[in-house]
Amino acid sequence: MSKYSALQLLRGAFNGQSHWQPAWRHPDPKPSYDVVIIGGGGHGLATAYYLAKVHGITNVAVLEKGYIGSGNVGRNTTIVRSNYRLEPLGRFYEFSLKLWEGLSDDLNYNVMFSPRGALTLGHSDADMIRLAEKGDAMAVQGIEAELLTREQVMKIEPCLDFSRQARFPIEGAMIQWRGGTARHDAVAWGFARGADSHGVDIIQQCEVTGMVMDGNRVIAVETTRGRINAGTVAICAAGHSGHIAAMAGLKLPVESQTLQAMVTEGVKPMVNTVVMTQSLHCYISQSDKGGIVFGGDPDNWPSYAQRGQPVTMELAIQQGLALIPALSRLRMLRTWAGVTDMSFDGSPIIGPTPRDGLWIDGGWCYGGFKATPGSGYLFADTLANQRPHLIVEPFGLDRFERGTPVDENGTGPFPNHR
Amino acid sequence: MKQIPCPHCGNRAQAEFVYERSADSVVPLDAEPAVAIAALFSRANLRGTEEELWRHAHGCGMWLLIRRDRVSHHIEWVKPIGPEALP
Repeated sequence: MSKYSALQLLRGAFNGQSHWQPAWRHPDPKPSYDVVIIGGGGHGLATAYYLAKVHGITNVAVLEKGYIGSGNVGRNTTIVRSNYRLEPLGRFYEFSLKLWEGLSDDLNYNVMFSPRGALTLGHSDADMIRLAEKGDAMAVQGIEAELLTREQVMKIEPCLDFSRQARFPIEGAMIQWRGGTARHDAVAWGFARGADSHGVDIIQQCEVTGMVMDGNRVIAVETTRGRINAGTVAICAAGHSGHIAAMAGLKLPVESQTLQAMVTEGVKPMVNTVVMTQSLHCYISQSDKGGIVFGGDPDNWPSYAQRGQPVTMELAIQQGLALIPALSRLRMLRTWAGVTDMSFDGSPIIGPTPRDGLWIDGGWCYGGFKATPGSGYLFADTLANQRPHLIVEPFGLDRFERGTPVDENGTGPFPNHR
Repeated sequence: MKQIPCPHCGNRAQAEFVYERSADSVVPLDAEPAVAIAALFSRANLRGTEEELWRHAHGCGMWLLIRRDRVSHHIEWVKPIGPEALP
């Protein structure tokens, strides 16, 4: 694989840019692999990349039902941050954020990571106390956070409704300056190119239809392109985690729900940071093309449909308009939805399953994108050493029956209460 | 907007209803701890048809049992809640 560089681009200018090669191969599946990863999304591709790069395990296949990046890695609102209150989550997402900071260099692929600040607005005294608490919790873990006054927020985001008649008056905010956004497709493509260059087979249009068991051990997967033997099988199927796990006779602590997002026509820069709020559930940022990207709540009932309900979309838009009234003049260009695997405490599930040789990386709820490099790195370490990495140890599949959930919001064991 | 036929009120907008949980997660009162834990903390989560408990929260307030396809969202039937909701 040739290295991308400014020099290569310049050289291309003289030969009509005819030097470009496909960024990854399209191999046929081999009969057997050391590791088979189910799901060619961000997490699956990142896991394959770090398995090959860090651990030298290159006899790896990534199986993707559609095309890579067609699932949630291409359906999110591209937000990256690590502003969590609970220590296990802070530790994990901070590990991931540090990888984001060097990711474009590491992959030799521009993922357009833009640390423009992750701003969480407070609308009342109670909100501000919660934000101060959260900022303190982060500071204790060594993650920088800054509490902002109303006047400071005015300077950062002048388009917000600061009037006293506002439906959600703005009293202040907390900002994590190192948070921001990234180009989601580039993340999938960058990891795919990196994994492929280390010899990983990325096999698209290959749906897993069953698992072959030998006693309690998963020894192979049945696919639409034949049987593939595997030393280790890793589930990285996001919203379809439960569907895949059922093939091995497992029930997971997840429920699949639809999460939608939407984008307006492109306008000049008007939203400088990623705007979130402590009281509402609405997040707004501006893409590099100028579109205002919106996200809101999941549709709080189970669905595998990859299309959202207008009711939920309306709620997100109402909140957005209340915060930034000027958005009412914009036309919505596209809306889309992904299937998220909502876990019972809002935290991911990473580690072994009750079946030998079967590991899972799922339960990402609606926070999977920012976790992509961290999840890939730590899951690869977990698979290579056949034990959970210290950072992902709190996120075991059995934590609910052991009574040790990691519940950031404290809303109890219901996936539809997130 | 999708409509849900409430057995008490007739066809009503889906926004009036709240999903509570899947029917397979209802814990029988005399369940062994292992059975109760499995019911509380795991879901079949089928990519297909399942039975679910819903509540007509912004209507009559009654709990309902709905059999529904989780891909097409087609509703097979809606029943008033009763002993049949228990596994």
